[in-house]
Amino acid sequence: MGRTLTFKIFRYNPTKENDQPRIDTYEIEETKRLNVFTALNILRETQAPDLMFDFVCRAGICGSCSMMINGRPTLACRTLTSDLPDTIELYPLPFFKLLGDLSVDTGVWFHEMAEKVESWIHTQKEFDPTAEEERMDNATANKIYEAERCIECGCCLAGCATIQIYPDFLGATGLNRIGRFLIDPRDERGDQEWFELVSTDEGVFGCIGMMACDDVCPKDLPLLEVFSFIRRKLSGIALAKDK
Amino acid sequence: MKVITTDVLVIGAGLAGERAAIASAEKDLDVIILSLVPPRRSHSAAAQGGMQASLGNSVKGKGDNPTIHWLDTVKGSDWGADQEVARIFADNAPISMREMAHFGVPWNRVEGGPRDVYIKGKKTTIVEDEAKEGLITARDFGGTAKWRTCYTADGTGHTVLYTMDNLVVQHGITVHDRMEAIRLIHKDGKCVGAVVRSLRDGEILAYMSKATVIATGGYGRIYGESTNAVINEGTGSWLALQTGVVPLANMEAVQFHPTGIVPTDILVTEGCRGDGGLLLDVDEYRFMPDYEPDKQELASRDVVSRRMKEHMLKGKGVQSPYGEHLWLDLRHLGEEHLTTKLREVYDICMYFIGVNPIKELIPVRPTQHYSMGGIRVNKDGHAYNMEGLFALGEVACWDMHGFNRLGGNSLAETVVAGMVVGEKIADYASKTKLLADVSLAENTVQIEKDKIANMLNNTNGENVYKLRDEISDLLIKNVHIFRTGEGLEKAVDGLRGIVKRTENVQVKTDAPGMNPELSQAIRIEGMAKQALLIAEGALRRTESRGAHTREDYPARDDANWLNRTLARWPESQENPVFTYEPVGVLDLPPGNRGYGGGQQIDMKESVEEYNTNVDSGQRAEGRIDPSEETGKRLPKEAWKEVK
Ligand SMILES: Cc1cc2nc3c(=O)[nH]c(=O)nc-3n(C[C@H](O)[C@H](O)[C@H](O)COP(=O)(O)OP(=O)(O)OC[C@H]3O[C@@H](n4cnc5c(N)ncnc54)[C@H](O)[C@@H]3O)c2cc1C
Ligand code: SF4
Ligand code: SF4
Ligand code: FES
Repeated sequence: MGRTLTFKIFRYNPTKENDQPRIDTYEIEETKRLNVFTALNILRETQAPDLMFDFVCRAGICGSCSMMINGRPTLACRTLTSDLPDTIELYPLPFFKLLGDLSVDTGVWFHEMAEKVESWIHTQKEFDPTAEEERMDNATANKIYEAERCIECGCCLAGCATIQIYPDFLGATGLNRIGRFLIDPRDERGDQEWFELVSTDEGVFGCIGMMACDDVCPKDLPLLEVFSFIRRKLSGIALAKDK
Repeated sequence: MKVITTDVLVIGAGLAGERAAIASAEKDLDVIILSLVPPRRSHSAAAQGGMQASLGNSVKGKGDNPTIHWLDTVKGSDWGADQEVARIFADNAPISMREMAHFGVPWNRVEGGPRDVYIKGKKTTIVEDEAKEGLITARDFGGTAKWRTCYTADGTGHTVLYTMDNLVVQHGITVHDRMEAIRLIHKDGKCVGAVVRSLRDGEILAYMSKATVIATGGYGRIYGESTNAVINEGTGSWLALQTGVVPLANMEAVQFHPTGIVPTDILVTEGCRGDGGLLLDVDEYRFMPDYEPDKQELASRDVVSRRMKEHMLKGKGVQSPYGEHLWLDLRHLGEEHLTTKLREVYDICMYFIGVNPIKELIPVRPTQHYSMGGIRVNKDGHAYNMEGLFALGEVACWDMHGFNRLGGNSLAETVVAGMVVGEKIADYASKTKLLADVSLAENTVQIEKDKIANMLNNTNGENVYKLRDEISDLLIKNVHIFRTGEGLEKAVDGLRGIVKRTENVQVKTDAPGMNPELSQAIRIEGMAKQALLIAEGALRRTESRGAHTREDYPARDDANWLNRTLARWPESQENPVFTYEPVGVLDLPPGNRGYGGGQQIDMKESVEEYNTNVDSGQRAEGRIDPSEETGKRLPKEAWKEVK
């Protein structure tokens, strides 16, 4: 208790003529259970009225508030200052388009990712409002849910070496999305379609497997398992093709 | 000035807005969706617990049907709901859940055979029907006769919204995110689009459309202490109120959820109690059965929140630096359950308050959560007094919730209304011509530009954050769970003053782009005015119904108050205007809810007499006649067949 915190925050407003990227320094008194969400709002309301950042749920659920906190990509709303040193450095998430200060455009990237992986159930069946739902065993439902838990925060891309080299790489989140539909029995996409989706540099082979993504994912998605699952599945398909 | 035209303009990319957009896209109409944030960040994603639909697959839901769901909903509403709308909802909810299953939601499914569950504090073994293996299962929620809440662990809103947004991508629907609608473009009672401010670069532009749809969710942040997302500031309902002619209904009907965590006000789902969680007091004593022997922790939300407050007033609350609270006990559910079915809850407790729910008690108190009231629409979702304007989801008062909504009924409402109202919107847009009156759009844009210029040029005005805090302070102190005439008068007086002060806001920074302070300043007038409608509506309603509890008028008064409050704010008038209309056609006569206690004053007239005045009473308030006659969807006395 009683610490004075120093926030060093990356500032740049691309819509402002002649604005230059810089680091501004602010101080605030730490209170009990202070998190970065509350701290940034206090700063905005008392010291830096034009400071840009994004929060929506402030509960670690929506994925809006990812930023670099002392060098690590993470969700600002659930980061307590008590877990950090006296000096806290905040930078926007790299890789995404900067909208201003700590705000980046994750929405457009994830929308395009959804288009690329065709992130929907591919089926010839029409919905019949009078029929009972198709059955699924609960274990399968849980498995799909596990992959569906990604909140599109983008933290995994911030730490990914491959995406810096191949900007079209789908990233851990994109591969996870493919995995989610691969295990879904409702999706009728065949081996060939999956193979084409993931066998390029943008797909799973781009990944160099250092697992920075697995380490930073705030939802603890089992990205490691997802990759090996996709790889196994792919080599199965590739083998079958060779025959 | 930039003008963008489309057939259907949907303001809001939560579940309600996206489902409605899909309905229009399926009819080959051009659709544009606007949202403050990327669609998947909309507050629907934060819903944890689940959605009610009477599929009746779990053994504890056996024999369920739409009539029973409807009965629970009408009783839950304390007879404030439009019973026909509640029926349309209950009838369609199972279809919507199956539709979402078809499109990819990984609903939890029935596993045949025995399993251990907690019911009313006791460990019990239930045996799920093997024949139902693999069908959508359900958990228990408050105020229901059956286990009816479909779920995906405690990430229901997330999975349903992700599935819905996948469909939006599949349909190629245009989404413009980081865009805020700030004023409707309308003339002679017809809405033709909206003025929009870009939160990327601050540009003000006009969208012109055949049909305009408001699906902007709740306004909880006006209360400050709320479970709602920080973007839920009532900007959508303000669009309607700003027209001067469209009424907001039942704004005094505000839901307080029993389990907001202390501090931070983040919600832990009703699913916690549905799955067997218990409420304890300072002595770690389980008090709910003393107040509600039958439903216990699972009475409707208004009742549980009231009982919690009552118990704290008896000195049984836990004192903390963040104010008084009670405990939620989940320890007996065990690690496996808490890290799978209630995993978000587990994470929230661990990360935000450092409490491990496997071993420790969770500090909770009733917290502002949901608005039953909103933009008044007819059963087609068409706004009163404004052709071409529709509203659905939490922002609307379609009115299946009356004065209290049941847990799990809101998320379900978004997708059902999206399907039902979505169809009506598509029909309307298909037979309407685009009125691209650019000079009208220009004039409307200019109003907003002038307002903004005034705020930026003001050198001696009000601080917007201070105004915001004063508003929430008045509401928290005086318009909370228990209300009195005296407190409400204080709130009304205070808010009238604040409304005036919002005309003189000063924005300190003229930074181009998003300018967060300016964004807040643009919203503040709407926040103040809606706060006043909440307080004044509550002051005028001299009875207690559902979530609206007057200590000085403890009875539900069906003789005088079996009606819906309508509030308009005519242009350039200092004060709002309040009127009242019949709630809708009654089929289930007002009676006892079976929980919550409380007295009732009987209706003066017969149900038949009441029903003959519904159409005329609502038309007089500007209701546009729906596509089907009133009452057509409400089967007569079906409830008599329920034992
Ligand atoms: C924490 C929490 C948990 C909940 N859990 C449950 C539950 O388990 N079961 C249940 O039934 N209900 C639950 N609810 C209630 C339910 O989630 C909401 O009522 C419902 O999701 C609202 O959906 P919506 O589509 O109406 O609005 P939202 O999902 O809130 O979407 C609103 C959209 O409008 C946009 N928007 C707002 N204003 C503007 C503007 N001016 N211009 C442009 N766009 C705008 C936003 O960007 C957003 O896209 C919960 C609510 C909370 C707060
Ligand atoms: S493991 Fe692959 S996806 Fe993950 S960070 Fe490394 S290169 Fe990127
Ligand atoms: S995979 Fe994890 S880190 Fe990556 S976007 Fe999803 S939740 Fe965020
Ligand atoms: S604000 Fe939603 S995850 Fe941080």
